[in-house]
Amino acid sequence: MKRIGIDIGSTTVKCIVLAEDGRMIFSLYERHRSRASEKMAQMLDSVTEKFPGEQMQIGLSGSAGMGMAQDMDLPFIQEVYATRLSTRELLPDTDTVVELGGEDAKILFLSDTMEVRMNGSCAGGTGAFIDQMAELMSVTPEEMETLAEHADRSRIYTIASRCGVFAKSDIQPLLNQGARKEDVAASIFYAVVNQTIAGLAQGREICGKVLYLGGPLTFFPALRNAFDDVLHIKGICPENSLYFVARGAAISPGTKAVDPADLAARARSYQSTHTYPGCRPLFCSKEEYEAFSKRHEKDSGSIKEISEPNGPMYLGIDAGSTTVKAVLCDENGDLFHPLYLPNSGNPVPLIREYLSDLYRRWPEIEIAGCAVTGYGESIIKNAFCADIGIVETIAHYTAAKRFCPDVDFILDIGGQDIKCFKIRGGVIDSIFLNEACSSGCGSFLQTFAGVLGFSAEEFSKKALLADAPVDLGSRCTVFMNSSVKQAQKDGASLENIAAGLALSVVKNALYKVIRIANPSTLGEHIVVQGGTFYNDAVLRAFEQETGREVLRPRVAGLMGAYGAALYAKDHMEGRPSSIINAEGLAHFSHEVKTVVCNGCSNHCHLTVNTFGKGPDARRYIAGNRCEKPLGTDRQSVHLDMFAYKYGLLSKYRQEQADDGRPVIGIPMGLNMYELLPFWHRLFTELGYRVVVSGESSHALYVRGQHTIPSDTACYPAKLLHGHMEDLYSRGVRTVFYPCMSYNLDEKKGQNHYNCPVVAYYPTVLEANVRHPEGAKFIRGFIGLHDRDEFTPHFVRMMGKYGITLDENAVRKAAAAAYAELDGYLKNVRDKAAEYMTLAKEKGMPVIVLAGRPYHLDPEINHGIHNLVCDMGAAVLTEDSVAWLENAFKTTVLNQWTYHARLYSAARYVAGKKDLNMHLVQLVSFGCGVDAVTTDETRVILEHAGKPYTQIKIDEITNLGAVKIRLRSLFAVIGESDTGRKE
Amino acid sequence: MKSRTEFEPCEYEFEIPPFTKEMKKTHMILAPDIFPVHMDLLQAVFRMYGYNLVVLHYTGKQVIQKGLECIHNDMCYPLICLTGQQIYALTCGDFDPRKCALIQFQTGGGCRASNYIWLVRKALHNMGMDYVPVISLSFTQIEKSPGFRITPMMIVKGMVAIIYGDLLMLLRNQVRPYEAHKGETDALVERWNGIIAGQFKANKGLVGKKFRDNLHAIVRDFADIEKLNVRKTKVGIVGEIYVKYSPLGNNGLEAFLDSQNCEYMVPGVLPFFMTLFQNHITDHELYGGSRAKLGINRTLLRAMRKIEKAMDDALREESDFTRPLPFDELVKLGEKTLDTGVKMGEGWLLPAEIAELIEDGYSNVICAQPFGCLPNHIVAKGTARTIRNLYPDANLCPVDYDSGASVVNLENRIKLMLAMAAEKEGAV
Repeated sequence: MKRIGIDIGSTTVKCIVLAEDGRMIFSLYERHRSRASEKMAQMLDSVTEKFPGEQMQIGLSGSAGMGMAQDMDLPFIQEVYATRLSTRELLPDTDTVVELGGEDAKILFLSDTMEVRMNGSCAGGTGAFIDQMAELMSVTPEEMETLAEHADRSRIYTIASRCGVFAKSDIQPLLNQGARKEDVAASIFYAVVNQTIAGLAQGREICGKVLYLGGPLTFFPALRNAFDDVLHIKGICPENSLYFVARGAAISPGTKAVDPADLAARARSYQSTHTYPGCRPLFCSKEEYEAFSKRHEKDSGSIKEISEPNGPMYLGIDAGSTTVKAVLCDENGDLFHPLYLPNSGNPVPLIREYLSDLYRRWPEIEIAGCAVTGYGESIIKNAFCADIGIVETIAHYTAAKRFCPDVDFILDIGGQDIKCFKIRGGVIDSIFLNEACSSGCGSFLQTFAGVLGFSAEEFSKKALLADAPVDLGSRCTVFMNSSVKQAQKDGASLENIAAGLALSVVKNALYKVIRIANPSTLGEHIVVQGGTFYNDAVLRAFEQETGREVLRPRVAGLMGAYGAALYAKDHMEGRPSSIINAEGLAHFSHEVKTVVCNGCSNHCHLTVNTFGKGPDARRYIAGNRCEKPLGTDRQSVHLDMFAYKYGLLSKYRQEQADDGRPVIGIPMGLNMYELLPFWHRLFTELGYRVVVSGESSHALYVRGQHTIPSDTACYPAKLLHGHMEDLYSRGVRTVFYPCMSYNLDEKKGQNHYNCPVVAYYPTVLEANVRHPEGAKFIRGFIGLHDRDEFTPHFVRMMGKYGITLDENAVRKAAAAAYAELDGYLKNVRDKAAEYMTLAKEKGMPVIVLAGRPYHLDPEINHGIHNLVCDMGAAVLTEDSVAWLENAFKTTVLNQWTYHARLYSAARYVAGKKDLNMHLVQLVSFGCGVDAVTTDETRVILEHAGKPYTQIKIDEITNLGAVKIRLRSLFAVIGESDTGRKE
Repeated sequence: MKSRTEFEPCEYEFEIPPFTKEMKKTHMILAPDIFPVHMDLLQAVFRMYGYNLVVLHYTGKQVIQKGLECIHNDMCYPLICLTGQQIYALTCGDFDPRKCALIQFQTGGGCRASNYIWLVRKALHNMGMDYVPVISLSFTQIEKSPGFRITPMMIVKGMVAIIYGDLLMLLRNQVRPYEAHKGETDALVERWNGIIAGQFKANKGLVGKKFRDNLHAIVRDFADIEKLNVRKTKVGIVGEIYVKYSPLGNNGLEAFLDSQNCEYMVPGVLPFFMTLFQNHITDHELYGGSRAKLGINRTLLRAMRKIEKAMDDALREESDFTRPLPFDELVKLGEKTLDTGVKMGEGWLLPAEIAELIEDGYSNVICAQPFGCLPNHIVAKGTARTIRNLYPDANLCPVDYDSGASVVNLENRIKLMLAMAAEKEGAV
């Protein structure tokens, strides 16, 4: 009997027929657009057509096949296992299989001990991710391949590989800054490779005979090359690489005989038997919807739209992450000639076209001022000689105020950002921005509408009719993909899924971004805006969830641009506008070059944009992490505790001459950023030559990434794998990195723990890093908190590793080491006091950039302290001011030393009411402890009337979002200062 | 190793109502549903001491949603479930919130769980329900309430309740998949729960001969249930203490495994508590410091070893059921998988239990953990390589539970583990 194997994946259906001798005699591969059963029926029809009236043995597989198999009583073979079966049959000498699918990544280690791995639920970078990136770049996936083939291999950008959403926020600014699409395309493939390895290798080397399977690896040779390049192998993509899962399903022993024609009929009438608990509908009746529509029509304000220019006009441009918006206003603030377009990866030509059109149709127009905001602010401002650049938060507030002068709460949901601010006394008081990991925003809805085959508008209309919206939770896009699949499996209609997605956008904003505890804290006058709120379903869901009626301006999607225009109107102060004129536009040209900056060890990839030609040419440089390559605007005095502390520590990292002393290596990460002076001195006193691992970099991270067992751990911890590789590659054979449940006891909290990761990461390194022959990794347990207990316990701990130490010698060395550590800490505190005095003299604002000692690592902080300095502020660290505060009662259990410092520093800042001193909290992505600390730190600051700013950092290198946060903060500081003067 | 520090009051703190002696008479104490068969007996112990403890059994999406609304969504999933249940109880109309207190367990360890109680208080504060007292249940009296005092004797009685629960769970899990008459095992669990709770009310069944006789009788009763000779895939479940047991936290993992023709073994609760006492002793060895609490920890540990031995005797003398390793041997086994100095979260116990399960023939092990759980980076995913080196046959399946993770996705992973298991058993 012939056999059929059907593989129903997340995006495609694969169907094959095997002859009695196992030859594949029929195959189909098609996208199912979430209508899997229909597609399966069609494919079975084709099978019947070709082999009429034949009974066949069938097996089903694939992530979307499980539920169907269950309901239709067909045998199901787990898809990774199916791959295993067909590989064993066809290519039994395979060592490793790398299989990428629409939404899954899998690695199978087949030789020696067999291990199979699938990506966790937090990992995007697969086929759907590549599709999404292609869409972002406005190319087809095929074009991506062609582009990548023409990339300059030396210009592979670092793109965060943790998950799709992260990568997206790295890629978008690259495109906006004018990086070559070829290089970006190749970088995307490398990001997929890095993600697969970091997520799935988990300490096992990918080597030997490697197979590449699945859609992406079949269709993109450039992706295969990237794997080959990173893994230093030559993998093969076998014949029928798309059909290994289907084949596995067909040959598995559990198959069942069916009549394909009969099964096609059953698949066609297939209705999931599952149910799901629905939420209340958005509208119970048509009347209710009409009343709702009327109210919003009426509310949307008195702002007029005019059809001809009216006197001096002010131009506002908002070059957002996914859309470009532009609009003009006259002296009355009336709107003229709005533009709302997807930015297709490069906003420059769109604005050029907009301006040309404007000058062509209204040659007499007088543009009296122009302000730009959004991600693309700098490039647009430079390209078209705009007058003013403003941060988005200010632009949005300016516009909202126009519609509702008493507004005290604004929520803006755009393509990729959620921005939310509270206004107190006419000043922006607190700002909430979404993190790169929770982009449940407009582009998210659009993506899903697209996946399900609708336009965003149709999708929103459908949602309004939903009778029982699905509860999809409030997580990121990657999670949402599987939730939507589950909902489909449970028989949810498109309407109910659409409404569920609208609800999830709102819940994400309310509970994840704003973290509301109670709708009454949202303020009296709520304005919602951003393109996403054009969607009536989202608007309704928001009102329902908060129980409040809100105002949505008619031009909700244009608010950034409109606010910029209004801002220009109020801030030109009679200056003539420098905006490019019709003639200048006619000769406009734009060239992009990429170079590597050699200004410092960061070696940033810079994109140099040149606008115009000859002596009038304007240059705009992007991709820089500091102002150095620009050669301008650099704040002359840097009062930077980050740089100072890093300098102090680098003294201990200097290479010492090999003079025959025994060598002890220390990996530079986590708590070593504070304790290095102690251990360095201790071992030096004991007669060792201390070798510290080199500076962190992304390359160093990549060297160790295959030994990371848990990809969701924080980046600072994961970097340590690279530091271990570095030490071993330098010939160090004794490495010291102790476990420490307890940190220094500074008597500021109820206990003085380290977090679990800082405390025990050495055990992870011990178990997962490949230690060379003869290596000794000393990772015993020790505490520094009790100076009397240290010596005997240290001697005993080292004894367990066969290192016998004399107790008296250790006691002496420990005294010196404690003195060294005390000296270091005192140095830091004294310097901070000095900086504070200097800042006061110079009238500089002071920012306490509060994180943990290891945030000193430039690969972890990505140069954020430089940014703050460049904005004209002095930078202090949490530890340099925390000691000035007495222990106090917090409203959380204060049990970690590093975090106790954070609370103390916040309270210190909160207490300096008269000073221009503020705190910015650095949070490492994946740091669970910060779910406790961020809320507490916010309360401490806001209770004292100081704004709270949080910056989440990861492997991610895009500083765009960081700049927005910091500039918003500086705008708030600036405004509240002027507010005080008035 | 607590610091002795004077704490200034601070500007933004809010009133925390104590649980007063008066409230002991007037208030119900709402406890989340944590363990599968132990809660009835624990409730009985609290009632013996005059506390009106009520175990909540709310389940479903609306419970999780409550948790998500009042707890930072990046916090541990168990907290979202636990708090969801408690806040749901206070707001759904079934209870008068003015006559209720909540209770949260605190280990005082270095992971986020020690902060649960504070985050529940913050949630109550934000909802304007500051008046609801939250009681800290801990062995070390991290916080004191005038109306709630836990004595060493109460701890021992609690542990006796736990061992009954552990035994019933152990036997249920080994018998139910094979029972000839459907429902018989669960009925027996129910029956014994009732008998013991009744004895507790009369202050019986807690020590001495009655206790031992009970254990023996329970084992005999389960051994007597008629079993079919059917083949089941043997699966072990370890993980974070809440999600490994709670169907609310793990999407009904046990029911799913039942539907997949599995027999599962979930290690008991007692070792988790013993580990807490053991860790105090280990801490002293590693770091020195005050000897003050060493004595009481040693005493309690000794008492628990006795309780544990009683169960072991009953199992050995009355049956050939698989017996859990005595705690001291578990520690020894644990030394091979992870240094016993690792104490946060489940600490060294988790990989030790994996090793125990594999040695008992449960080589397919699901490690149920909350997404982003900090200690699990170390003790679960961090030790997988060590386990595989020690036991090349280990078929490990880490599953990350979360409010956003879809059921299909997680079940698919478990199915992969089961397919591998089937191959090893020669079914394929």
